[in-house]
Amino acid sequence: MSTTALAEVPADPRDRGGPAQPLLLVENLRKYFVLRGGVLNRAVATVQAVDDISFALRKGETLGIVGESGCGKSTTARLLMRLIEPDQGRIILDGEAVGAADGIGVGELRRAMQMVFQDSYASLNPRLPIEASIAFGPRARGVPAQVARDRARDLLSKVGLEPDRYIRRYPHELSGGQRQRVNIARALALEPRLVILDEAVSALDKSVEAQVLNLLADLKAELGLTYLFISHDLNVVHWISDRVLVMYLGKIVEIGPVERIYGEPKHPYTRALLSAMPSMDPDRRTEVPSIVGDPPNPINPPSGCRFHPRCPHAEPICDRTAPSLAAGGDTAKGDHAIDWDRHAVACHMHVPGSGHSAAPVGGA
Amino acid sequence: MAEVGVIAVKPEAPAPAAILSQGYWALVRYRLLRDRTTLVCGAILLVIILAAIFAPYLAPADPYKTSMLRRLQPVFKAPYLIGSDELGRDMLSRLIYGGRLSLVMGITPVLNALIIGGALGIVAGYLGGAVNMAIMRLVDVLYAFPSILLAIAIAGALGTGLTNSIVALTIVFVPQVARVAETVTTQVRGLDYVDAARASGASTWAILRVHVLGNVLGPIFVYATGLISVSIILASGLSFIGLGVKPPEPEWGLMLNTLRQSIFVNPTVAALPGAMIFMTSMAFNLMSDGLRAAMDVKA
Repeated sequence: MSTTALAEVPADPRDRGGPAQPLLLVENLRKYFVLRGGVLNRAVATVQAVDDISFALRKGETLGIVGESGCGKSTTARLLMRLIEPDQGRIILDGEAVGAADGIGVGELRRAMQMVFQDSYASLNPRLPIEASIAFGPRARGVPAQVARDRARDLLSKVGLEPDRYIRRYPHELSGGQRQRVNIARALALEPRLVILDEAVSALDKSVEAQVLNLLADLKAELGLTYLFISHDLNVVHWISDRVLVMYLGKIVEIGPVERIYGEPKHPYTRALLSAMPSMDPDRRTEVPSIVGDPPNPINPPSGCRFHPRCPHAEPICDRTAPSLAAGGDTAKGDHAIDWDRHAVACHMHVPGSGHSAAPVGGA
Repeated sequence: MAEVGVIAVKPEAPAPAAILSQGYWALVRYRLLRDRTTLVCGAILLVIILAAIFAPYLAPADPYKTSMLRRLQPVFKAPYLIGSDELGRDMLSRLIYGGRLSLVMGITPVLNALIIGGALGIVAGYLGGAVNMAIMRLVDVLYAFPSILLAIAIAGALGTGLTNSIVALTIVFVPQVARVAETVTTQVRGLDYVDAARASGASTWAILRVHVLGNVLGPIFVYATGLISVSIILASGLSFIGLGVKPPEPEWGLMLNTLRQSIFVNPTVAALPGAMIFMTSMAFNLMSDGLRAAMDVKA
């Protein structure tokens, strides 16, 4: 499936660079957490939570991020929201760098970008009625109280909760699915262009999850939103995403259009991940374990390719050099514009002339 | 927060839905009204506080008027209702008037500490990092001294008097309140709804006011209520060793001190100021436990 078949994004007055310009461009984002200990509180180790990742987000698309627990998915989300400060890297929102002299501030970034958290209960203030929770963001932005309250009512009905019944309720009086709808309404209250959904449906039971996913799809079409959908549920990501990004130990190992990732995964990790999905067909049950061992400790990640200790195709080159995402997979078309259909993989087996025995013969 | 000295509350039926839908404070009120111990303690405190406020109208005699002829009269012997002290002053009047100073010295330092210590702890807990380090280590220095020793040292250095005692006691309680405030704020600060509020681009002040204060003030307030009894006892202690209020002012701790020589002559009368201190402290303590139980979010 080609990603050019995206739903038409309604003309947005906030749009600056036109549809070809990525809504979000992330360059060399990095966050190492320093672990301190001992009497003098010295740095004893660093966790390489997110290590030098770059990707682009197309206007109107849904980019799914998948990976095991601890691979840096949620850290990436919090880095993008600037809830934690990155050590390094640039975030460019619709052509304007965040924090640069001629760019936009974190405040403007947060206006354009909102987030829905996994824990629907912990992400709502237990002492506030949900109306106040939803209206808090707009109020803090200087929207008059009455306007903010009206907006809260509108959003509640948009997310499928009848305002008159629910507006005065407290979080503990709602079910998990209802709370997550409130969280979505709260995220939308600032009229963002991009919504980060960090495991937003993972804690819900299956029938409620399906309702919320449908709601997300409807809201996206209605409001012209762009989603960054973080999940460990491969089926959900398959259903909702236009493109998929696979992370392993703080690195991007593979990125590409959803059907190509699911249809012809190139990285051994992605293949293992997909083969671990339970099949609906009893004749195609998984019989060999697709991947062995625990993920290595991100405190001391393996040298070279971080997947090589668990990889069935590992060769000496994999231990020595880290494969680059830019070199593996399809070659990018065009010189300047981003090739949204490119299927890129960080694996020596797909880098021509890398020195791996399975690598394609170097063309030029 | 450590559940130290919590009175075992028998498990009660969950509050009806009608109460729940009226919000958090309706639930707290509902629980308080069903808690008999807390209600009784509240009533006792109300009587003591009202008696102190309206002392001139309630006291049967002048609390300063001495009588060399009728010293250390036993209880229930006319003209005194509960006897007289070592200078022949009416005990009942002195106990009623004494409540004024004792309550002021019990409540004022805690209120001061609630404001200063609470602000320090909330700022330290919310900002974290180096600010937290600086504030909390400073607080730890004060915390390292036993509270009675610290109070005596400060009051001794500042000199006797009501104001100096209050300052000394405030300094004693600031670290304790700051500790609790910091712990509670650190917990709340890590919750997703604070992150969500930060992500909405609200100012630090707005987040503190709407999302942090509402969730930390309850526990801090309850802890401070428990400190009032400690403050009354410490203040009485200061007066007892001559660092607080000076005679002939009626104050429970001072009265206990001056009457102690008479304990073999008239033990009942000599014990009365102590009984007042005990009763008031107990009432504040039990009420703070009741408040803690009533304000618990999880229950």
